[in-house]
Amino acid sequence: MNNLIKKKKIGLIVNPFAGIGGRVGLKGSDGIETVKKAIELGAVSLAPERAVIALKRFSILQKEIELYTYPYEMGEDEAKDSGFINPIVIGTILKGETTPEDTKKAALKMAKCGVELLLFVGGDGTARDIYNAIDSKVPVLGIPAGVKIHSSVFAITPQHAGDLVEKFIKKDLPLCAKEVMDIDENLFRKGKISAQLYGYMNVPFERKLIQGAKSRSSFSTNKVREIAQFIVNNMGEEYYYILSTGTTVKAIGDILRIDKTLLGVDLIYKKKLIGKDLNEKDLLKFIVGKRVKIIVTVIGGQGYIFGRGNQQISPQIIRMVGKKNLIVIATQDKLISLGRSLLVDTGESECDKYLSGYIKVITGYNEESIWKVEC
Amino acid sequence: MNKHFVHRYIPNTAPGIREKMLKEIGISDVEQIYNEIPEKIRFKGKLDIPAEQLSELEVLKQVKTILIKNKTIENSLSFLGAGCWPHYVPALCDEISGRSEFLTAYAGLEATDLGRYQALFEFQSMMGDLFAMDVVGAPVYDGLSASGDAILMAAKITGRRELLVPETISYDRLLVLKVYSEPWLSIIKVKSRRNTGELDLNDLKTKITNNTAAVFIENPTYLGVIESQCKDIAHIAHDYGALLVAFVNPISLGILTPPGEFGADIACAEGQPLGNHISCGGAMLGILACHDEKRFVSAIPSFLITITKTSVKGEYAFSWHTAFDEKWERIVFTARDKAKSFTGTSSALWAINAAVYMALLGPKGFRQIGEVNIQKSYYAIKCLSKIGGIKVPLFSSMHFNEFTVNFDRTGKTVEEINKALLKRGIMGGKDISKEFPEFGNTAIYCVTEIHSKEDIDRLTKALKEVIQ
Amino acid sequence: MSINRSKRNEFENIETGYQAVRWHEPVIYELNRKGMENQIIPLAEKEIRMEVGDILSCIPAKIQRTSLPELPELSEPEIFRHYLRLSQQTFGFDSGINIGLGTCTMKYSPKINELLTRLPEFTNVHPLQDEETIQGILEIMYKLRNWLCELSGMDEFSFQPRGGAHGVYANACIIRAYHFSRGDIKRNEIITCAVSHPCNAGCPAAAGFKVITLYPDKDGDIGVEVLKAAVSERTAGIMLTAPYDTGVFDSKLVEYVRIIHDAGGLVCLDQANFNGVMTKLRAGDIGADLMHFNLHKTFSTPHGSLGPGTGAIGANKKLKKFLPIPVVEYNGSKYHLNYNLSDSIGKVGAFNGVIHNVIKTYAWILSMGAKGLQEASEWAVINNNYLIKKLLEIPGVEIAWPNRRKLQEARFTLKKLKEDTGIGSADFNERIIDYGIQSYFESHEPMIIPEPVTPEPGESVTKEDIDRFVEVFRQVSKEAYTNPEVVKTAPHRCSIHKIDPEPLENPKKWAMTWRVYLKKHE
Repeated sequence: MNNLIKKKKIGLIVNPFAGIGGRVGLKGSDGIETVKKAIELGAVSLAPERAVIALKRFSILQKEIELYTYPYEMGEDEAKDSGFINPIVIGTILKGETTPEDTKKAALKMAKCGVELLLFVGGDGTARDIYNAIDSKVPVLGIPAGVKIHSSVFAITPQHAGDLVEKFIKKDLPLCAKEVMDIDENLFRKGKISAQLYGYMNVPFERKLIQGAKSRSSFSTNKVREIAQFIVNNMGEEYYYILSTGTTVKAIGDILRIDKTLLGVDLIYKKKLIGKDLNEKDLLKFIVGKRVKIIVTVIGGQGYIFGRGNQQISPQIIRMVGKKNLIVIATQDKLISLGRSLLVDTGESECDKYLSGYIKVITGYNEESIWKVEC
Repeated sequence: MNKHFVHRYIPNTAPGIREKMLKEIGISDVEQIYNEIPEKIRFKGKLDIPAEQLSELEVLKQVKTILIKNKTIENSLSFLGAGCWPHYVPALCDEISGRSEFLTAYAGLEATDLGRYQALFEFQSMMGDLFAMDVVGAPVYDGLSASGDAILMAAKITGRRELLVPETISYDRLLVLKVYSEPWLSIIKVKSRRNTGELDLNDLKTKITNNTAAVFIENPTYLGVIESQCKDIAHIAHDYGALLVAFVNPISLGILTPPGEFGADIACAEGQPLGNHISCGGAMLGILACHDEKRFVSAIPSFLITITKTSVKGEYAFSWHTAFDEKWERIVFTARDKAKSFTGTSSALWAINAAVYMALLGPKGFRQIGEVNIQKSYYAIKCLSKIGGIKVPLFSSMHFNEFTVNFDRTGKTVEEINKALLKRGIMGGKDISKEFPEFGNTAIYCVTEIHSKEDIDRLTKALKEVIQ
Repeated sequence: MSINRSKRNEFENIETGYQAVRWHEPVIYELNRKGMENQIIPLAEKEIRMEVGDILSCIPAKIQRTSLPELPELSEPEIFRHYLRLSQQTFGFDSGINIGLGTCTMKYSPKINELLTRLPEFTNVHPLQDEETIQGILEIMYKLRNWLCELSGMDEFSFQPRGGAHGVYANACIIRAYHFSRGDIKRNEIITCAVSHPCNAGCPAAAGFKVITLYPDKDGDIGVEVLKAAVSERTAGIMLTAPYDTGVFDSKLVEYVRIIHDAGGLVCLDQANFNGVMTKLRAGDIGADLMHFNLHKTFSTPHGSLGPGTGAIGANKKLKKFLPIPVVEYNGSKYHLNYNLSDSIGKVGAFNGVIHNVIKTYAWILSMGAKGLQEASEWAVINNNYLIKKLLEIPGVEIAWPNRRKLQEARFTLKKLKEDTGIGSADFNERIIDYGIQSYFESHEPMIIPEPVTPEPGESVTKEDIDRFVEVFRQVSKEAYTNPEVVKTAPHRCSIHKIDPEPLENPKKWAMTWRVYLKKHE
């Protein structure tokens, strides 16, 4: 009977060296050199243990899925330790000497096998590798095992990841585009943190449905589109609009039927695209002497509205446009998930201070919130 | 604090408990909890409310003494309707809605409150059969607020800004529609035909535009007229891309075409006639129904109880419909400035009465009650029309339940006539001379199955005397 | 299993052998008995029928119903048994422990009040009767209005709204009307907060306002600075629930009132949670312009399976002329319905609201007395704080804003339990009901506290009820840590098992009526 039920195909890739640097004081674990150093310092990788925590949460449903994974420490071992009896092991590796190339190959292979959800255990680097391999073609879910995670494609904890997979197996979950952040780990290690928006991948999510509700007041679950529609309906003819990065801002482009650059800054005037993927110089050329507004959203899980993928909107531009012409858009869910203030890192502390304080955030059609901005 | 205060409704006031619990909390006085309220806004005065609690017997006596100052439609003969109609309430209704489980339940899970979910699902289902419509929501506050919700649905769905209503629309309904529509729609009145009392289709055609969100009609109308042109009105509305919103009387749906069959997109109604006592207008319930299409289902503000399965094969359960499908939400989002609505605790208990009522009557019962209501009201019309000075009804159409009685040629106002009738132990129809001055000294009389031939004859005789 | 009968409400172990009534009662249509008729009303008298003849055929054919509605046909005893069984499968306040239903303020609905509203001297009164003939009803309305003015510090009341949200909506419309009347049309913003009832956001939105939602800080208050940032010359008013649904009383409430008034806005207090502050605080004293009470919460009228309720709205002197018509007045000897309020918003609903609730509230206040009202609130907060103390002893259970004392209810979080065991609030809820208690209320949207649990004991419960509630929580927490499967697959002993949510969301499968169910599933 079981053959008649279509089994969901789930992929599992473990980056065995993710998080290895953390406990011995190394930041990040890119590169064989860093890894070797860490092992010398007695480091043990976190990734396998995290993988098992997540896998155990849904191993009871293994008969309903086909689990594709890579050999040995890149997933096979962890799957078996979690009680999976027959994982489908594909590919080959050199045991103990895996590299980011293996991660990329694994992702490509699993995509070819028709995997419907790709689980990966690692950090921002692992997420980047997978994104480079398969872009946003296959839904993914990150199980966090890195030092400090900036990308939003990860679940909060391995337990959360496991629970979400369990739900995914039982029913179709909607997908949401989440950020992959790029961190120059060398700079990171030298204390200069600078995570940049690198790309987007699709991640399943589950909206909490409240049982026994006795009151309803809002009827749109597609808040992003609502926000974008509100912006479009209230756009002034005489204003130039600098559209920053991110999916919430991209939705504005969707409504205007403009191919908004997801990872770059575009310029709009009279609801038409004037400039695409502009840098600071280009922007300045257009906006000097004009009436301008900037539309930004929250990038990444840390809550940055400036400094994590939109440096083109420089302190000079920000000052020229003025704080009162800054429009921040984000869904309530996003704001709540931050659990803290919004952050700015324009590269210039004066400008950061200028932006700090309380700011209005547009959270829906005719819905706003007030949020604190800190630097 | 009087530690010896004991009250029958507060079990923990029995001696000895307070100290134990305060100790467990780690405080000596409840005031320490109230310290959360800033001192300067704490109320410290004496309330002008009866200080001492009353025993149950005293409460019964006091309240009953006040209530018996009322006259009722039992000890007076009443012909009042106009939004609240006196129909027979079968004994089963009070028995079931009096069950403490239904009476005191609220917001528990589907598994603990299966009964009320199922009862409301059955209410929705039976209403759907009466209306010939596929989606009916759990009840809203009353028929007037349901009318408000219905027009907001139309605004949401079409994204347009105009609402057409008949000029003979119920005055109270218009007041409520004005409140609800204020931010979203402007209301335009369509003339009625003076002779028939039905909607003037020519005027409708001149007033409907591509900015009309909906045409709102009542069937029967506030003045009792059966609007026979419903299908035609639906066609006109649909030709312009507008919706037809119809307010109907559920009691009439055994004999009149239901809204689902005459082309209504959204139907609303007052459910009080179905098994609920008139109780000074307290037992009202608003009914909303629409097509089973995504754009309607996402716009209806009512809770929608939906049937589903459980982990056990063959077991039914009932829960709330939850609209969560990213893909189709996009289709729905057409309106520019999407009208918003709200819902909350409303009228479930009265809906349970209605469910029992609909089950008791069944198909034949609804046919019969429709028949009897029309027969009795036409008997009344015939008797009253024999009285000199009275024009009854004002309109030549067929009527259901209610009809207008005009007293212009008697030289008396409705108020005078009603006061005189009252002296004879009769409550005359609602005075609409202020609401509709164009109709002169007119009242709306309501005759239902509860009125006997003797009652109607008595009214006839009394009116004759009063007019002389 | 053996039962120790000497301890009231406590048994040797947590198990009581509870099994909810499980009738597997079919949907009424499945009990159809074709051809059955119940003679509820007689035919019209023979003379009437002869006089009017075949009057039905005079109805234009195009508006005549051509086929009978497909209602079920059952005999009277079958109908009664069916609905009786449904009532047996419903867990009302009287059925057992309802401590879990926070923000609902479940309390005992005195049966004497039911008796009173079944008297024909009330049920047979028509709302449009000559005022001379309804002096009894008007007297009760007027006297209750007086008492509620006393309790709230407001100057006038209307009972027309038939629920809390309906009342908040009416108040939002009054705010709208007030500013329009002053020609101040640019004021289109209402400020509210995420721990107020969501209707404080939804109802002003329905009334056409832009809604600005503020979030509580780490202390559970909104904060003065954030409010100042939200206020502008477009502020029409603020709508706040006090105390919040989290049980926190915002310590800066008075400041907010001042800030809003200084900005030219109005202050509207949602007093659904009045049980926590009854006789201790009055909205009018703080400067509220508008407020509302839920008679079906604080004032004991029964919840009715989700209504009827009454959102009794109160206004101060400045705003009372905007209240919906009619308003009850007294000239010293007669009660009178005034339909001539100069600036009334009109009507938000039919007639004068749910008069049942007015009479029941009136009788309840008589039964309680001023002293009783005070004790009711005190016991509500004592019971709640006792509950908090005991629940926090259970592994996996934590409370939001732990540094704040809570009044009538509190919001807990099972975040730790979820992390440790994978069991979250929704699953936990489906298991506690296997022990014969009512489920709890998680939280309103937006869910700012993860895995929320919001119970509210109220004053009508016994200490043993609270202890039992805590024991059930302890038991289910233990199960989460040792045997999570039994919690995940719950409920096991209720009227139904775990529901499949898919048909609820899938347009191809959902069915709100039996006719659609048959179309889509058979």
